[in-house]
Amino acid sequence: MWEVIAFWVLAVLAVASGIAVFRVDSMARATFLLLASFLFVAGEMLVLELHYLGALTVLMMTAEMAIMAVFMIMFMMNPAGLEPMEMVHNKRGALVISVAVFVALTAAALVVPWPERAAPHPSDATHQLGEAIMRDKMLVMMVVGVGLFATMVAATLLATARGRYGEHAAPSRPEPSPHAHAHHHHAGGDR
Amino acid sequence: MNLQVFLVLAAALFAAGLYGALSQQSIVMIMMGLELMINAVLVGAVAFWYYAWPQQADGQFLVLLAMVVMAIEMAMGFAATIAIFRARDVDMTDLAADLKG
Repeated sequence: MWEVIAFWVLAVLAVASGIAVFRVDSMARATFLLLASFLFVAGEMLVLELHYLGALTVLMMTAEMAIMAVFMIMFMMNPAGLEPMEMVHNKRGALVISVAVFVALTAAALVVPWPERAAPHPSDATHQLGEAIMRDKMLVMMVVGVGLFATMVAATLLATARGRYGEHAAPSRPEPSPHAHAHHHHAGGDR
Repeated sequence: MNLQVFLVLAAALFAAGLYGALSQQSIVMIMMGLELMINAVLVGAVAFWYYAWPQQADGQFLVLLAMVVMAIEMAMGFAATIAIFRARDVDMTDLAADLKG
């Protein structure tokens, strides 16, 4: 019984905070609402007796959203929501598309005859996951490791000041000299 | 409770994230929409593991994989944001429409 109550409370809270992410004025608040949505989903994992994955989601998402908050403060135009902001385009189209997708996915979830579970649950889900990682899924984990390493290299390279063409390339933000002015064409000319 | 209600929850989270990814102008907010869509994947994966196929760890493993995807998406997204911000002072998608057909 308590599982049903916990499921519905957590589900409503997860969806509500997920929608609120795009309705609040401040990007900082949006970040923490997204974190709340992840924490409620972690709660759903605990309802399904997945203790390890639930704890992992809490830890990963708290760290990730903390990093995200730093970037938010770097890039956001309205740090504390001091004035209302509306930074959306094509709101009606986006709303129509997402409602249509929700209806289609819900219909699929309710209509498709999903398979019933054939075997009982393992006594220890974490043990089952650990065995899979070290045995059947070892190749995937190795590819994941290479992928994460490539991400580290690529992200560092993209984010450094000299850019991806090295120090001798033309500066990406040229000094306002007559020479540079004549040859540099700004693509974003509508600013 | 059954698989269906969990999938409806995943559909709602996915649709909310899709709305954000389509409607927001700030690149950082678009990334938050993508994260919310991957959040729906987490819900779907654990529900399929619990209700349809608990004898194998595939559903649980998909959660780990989705988290890796989330980390990569965020790292590369912020790197691209920093790169275009350094080059052009741009942090909105509408100002980076060079490839618009």
